Amino acid sequence: MTNHWNDLKNTDCCLIIGSNAAENHPISFKWLTEAREKRGAKIIHVDPRFTRTSARSDIYAPIRPGTDIAFIGGMINYILENKLYHEEYVREYTNATFIVKDTYDFNDGLFSGYDPVQRKYDKNQWAYEMTEDGQYVKDMTMQHPRCVLQLLKKHFSRYDIKTVCKITGTPENKYLEVLKTYCTTGAPDKAGTIMYAMGTTQHTVGTQNVRSYAILQLLLGNMGKPGGGVNALRGESNVQGSTDWALLYHILPGYLASPQAKHKDLKTYLEMETPKTGYWKNKPKFMVSFLKSYWMQDDPEKSYHYLPKRENNKNYSHIAMFEAMYKNEIEGLFIWGSNPIVGGPNANKEQAALAKLKWMVAIDLWQTETSEFWTYKAADRPTDKDEYGTNLTPDKIQTEVFFLPACASFEKEGSVSNSGRWMQYRWKAADPVGESRADLEIVHDLMLRIKKLYQGSTKPQDEPITHLTWDYGPEGHPDIDKIAREINGFTVINGKPGKQIANFTKLADDGSTACSNWIYSGCYPDNEYLAKRRDNRDIAYPGTKPIGSYSNWAWCWPVNRRILYNRCSATPDGRPWDKERVSIFWDGSAWVGNDVPDFAKNKNPNEPGGKNAFIMRPEEVGCIFSACAEGPFPEHYEPWESPVKNLLNSQPFNPAIVEWEPKKRGTTDKYPIIGTTYRVSEHWQSGVMTRMQPWLAELVPDVFVEMSEELAKEKGIRNGDKVIIMTTRGDIKAVACVTKRFKPLNVAGKKIHHIGVLWHFGFNGYATGDPANRLTPHVGDANTTIPEYKAWLCNIRRA
Amino acid sequence: MANLTNLYDVSKCTACRACQVACKNWNQLPAAIEPFKGNYQTHEDTNGDTYTIVRFIEHEDPVGGVTWNFLKYQCMHCSDPACMKVCPRGAYSKTEWGATIHDPDKCIGCQYCTYACPFGIPKYREREDKVAKCTLCADRVEEGMQPACAATCPTGALKFGDRYELLQYAEERVNFLRANGYPNATIYGKLELGGLNKIYILTDTPDKFGLPVDPKIPGQIPFWQDIVQPYFGWLIPLALAGSAVSFVTTRLLANKHKENKKGGHE
Repeated sequence: MTNHWNDLKNTDCCLIIGSNAAENHPISFKWLTEAREKRGAKIIHVDPRFTRTSARSDIYAPIRPGTDIAFIGGMINYILENKLYHEEYVREYTNATFIVKDTYDFNDGLFSGYDPVQRKYDKNQWAYEMTEDGQYVKDMTMQHPRCVLQLLKKHFSRYDIKTVCKITGTPENKYLEVLKTYCTTGAPDKAGTIMYAMGTTQHTVGTQNVRSYAILQLLLGNMGKPGGGVNALRGESNVQGSTDWALLYHILPGYLASPQAKHKDLKTYLEMETPKTGYWKNKPKFMVSFLKSYWMQDDPEKSYHYLPKRENNKNYSHIAMFEAMYKNEIEGLFIWGSNPIVGGPNANKEQAALAKLKWMVAIDLWQTETSEFWTYKAADRPTDKDEYGTNLTPDKIQTEVFFLPACASFEKEGSVSNSGRWMQYRWKAADPVGESRADLEIVHDLMLRIKKLYQGSTKPQDEPITHLTWDYGPEGHPDIDKIAREINGFTVINGKPGKQIANFTKLADDGSTACSNWIYSGCYPDNEYLAKRRDNRDIAYPGTKPIGSYSNWAWCWPVNRRILYNRCSATPDGRPWDKERVSIFWDGSAWVGNDVPDFAKNKNPNEPGGKNAFIMRPEEVGCIFSACAEGPFPEHYEPWESPVKNLLNSQPFNPAIVEWEPKKRGTTDKYPIIGTTYRVSEHWQSGVMTRMQPWLAELVPDVFVEMSEELAKEKGIRNGDKVIIMTTRGDIKAVACVTKRFKPLNVAGKKIHHIGVLWHFGFNGYATGDPANRLTPHVGDANTTIPEYKAWLCNIRRA
Repeated sequence: MANLTNLYDVSKCTACRACQVACKNWNQLPAAIEPFKGNYQTHEDTNGDTYTIVRFIEHEDPVGGVTWNFLKYQCMHCSDPACMKVCPRGAYSKTEWGATIHDPDKCIGCQYCTYACPFGIPKYREREDKVAKCTLCADRVEEGMQPACAATCPTGALKFGDRYELLQYAEERVNFLRANGYPNATIYGKLELGGLNKIYILTDTPDKFGLPVDPKIPGQIPFWQDIVQPYFGWLIPLALAGSAVSFVTTRLLANKHKENKKGGHE
């Protein structure tokens, strides 16, 4: 989230798209109902199906799965055509004024620079026009035909209301209602927020979906304001934390790129990865301090080589990893609090891939479907279809499986970082059961024992382990306080920790500081671990009203800043856009207010760079135009499996994605129905925790599939019947939930049916059922490879 | 002592059913797992091990489109409860702050209350041969806490407090809702059956939530209450006399056929 949960109460209008917030993030509705009660805020829900969120919204607009860019593109077009954008904001705080080189072009769904063999773009074709002395060429009137605003206008001019509604299946009157309601937030003293989740990201165009929200919010001037922002709702209490800590393969902690073969030494890495402008120009300080935190005694030039290097441009994401496993390229696997044969896409294939491992260590609260993938019940299928050799019985599986019991969150202590980036400490409530242990203890002992194995080795290739600084105490429970101090960072004197630093502005690139994650630097200055703070007063800056910052509650990265880009909450000359909701303002000598400024504290708005509100970007402005894998502007592409042709261009699907299994692309002759997967309030993630809970199993006891009354009639299915759902990847059995809340979509005059399946289920627990992910494809987003869980083709029949 | 009650604002309820789980947790009620029948509302009604449920009701009309109404349903803690009137053993009582309490030690499982209740709330619990229902968490409230459902509600749809104050708040909310897209918004529980110790803020008329529009206590109950029960005292000797007569007569009959009872268990 650019903002945070409590801040939702400050909004005038909330657009929930690609999220079922009421069901999956119940607490968000505490704040939204407050906004509605106290500010008269409107809530809009855009979703393929009418959910508990829709029930609590002022406007519900249906949308066909996978057509968000068309939906938002139409909003962008409407805003530009009717000049509803916040002009001063757009001019001063975004790259709308920047001139783009004339090599930029767009034709029939393809931008200039496309290589159809590599399925990649040459992004240099979309570069900005620069002056000879390296300055951006701008047109402050935003009239130049190649300025970003005009290019944006041209690009989205094709997204008129009629065309958009033909693509998305949204009734025109509903779409107009959304346009009229949400676009009022372009007024300077109004704020609109977007809440999104996996319904947005889990698509082949997931990244561009989010980009379209960013463009919309920049045009309406909603970024940086209380009650505004683009807010990703994280599906788990610590997803934000795990992302910050390099859950993904392409980064090291703190969003530093993980080294590739091309980064042959630290110098090359820093040269290639450090932009010349924007705050990231400090990257060498963050990287060197990170290396120092790992290998405190070694010179960073040397310890850089201890880090593993990726093959250049090789994809190591979830799908790629399981594809490699399926091809016998991986020997062993640690699977830690994860349940891919329920939660992974194309779960049949992922289950078959596990059977190709030599060994697997599963670490979880209890046996999960994944840790028991080798059992008879795991091989059980509702039909004979066996696409990947999944029907493997125990006698045919050679994988040696180890199980380490972990304890639950209530049985251990440590910090978690919520969607709003708040790092909150949690204390232990109960002792762990039996032999179960905290994850941190398991990692700690594992590393100490690995170090023991290498003890005394003088081989240089063992140095990453023998030289590793791991001084958190003996086996057993590590010293969490010491770890937290290292996260914050300290000075290094003779290879030993010196004094705690205040925050990342004190980091150095000469090896004199160590810090394991620069964005968390500042959580433990001096002798107080700020994540443990519990001051629930919402203190306002003198002369302003409190805005729900709760600045002394826990700590938030970066530097306890609760709303990112908050420089934009003030006019270019430093006055708040809205006196009722003041984030920060210029008091004549400094930026002050209810939050930590996302700006140099004493930088006068009138001095050069005094209006550059997006300090993390090289351009230092918000990017309406920004190079992604499939282009600088979002363009509507149909999902990989789609029942219709694209009305806007002739591309069959996103031209920049990797096709892992081209033969598995289902077509409408056999699979005419759109399928999507999702969660409900009552179960959590792959259901490992909730299906083992009788009181939750009771609430949603079976895997069900929601469908319209019309589709049910066509297929002869009655409410509560057992049905089989089929895709090219596999079949599952589920219980039919025939409901008025699902309606066939009218897509360009064609009646399109869609169904939705819960993906929480597996063969263990009090509530059991087939994993819906046996249906989903191995295809992902062009930038992130996040799997396409939300739009694919299927068919359905009575069981 | 002022009446304490739960206010439930359906316009804020997202039907997450945390209240249902919190209720089972506090009261240590076992799960009653039934197969999914095609509605999110897995239990059609409350049962002996489920004191509260959330109803999920779909409506569709040509103008308003689809609506999905949620309603937390449980004991209404009536100010003049029918269950208490009909219970032959006096198992029901009212606390001084308004909760209707059922004492399982006195309950004989006769289930008269289950028929008398206009809301169909008390339910027979077969495993104990007794009736059970929501207690408004009297055991928590008397220790200064809120009922478990209200304490756990994430959106603030449930509020616990002084009935008079909550009614005033409910009036404001209903006015707000009527002006903001819910012209039929109304309060339920203010006047029904002389006032329930449970207040609902509804976004539509009560029938749209499956609530009885004008709940009534069944006609025979005043008869039981006003005529039979006051004379309960002298009904007992009468009944005893009846049993004595029956004893003697059956004995006589049994003796008459003594030849048939050879080696009887007496």
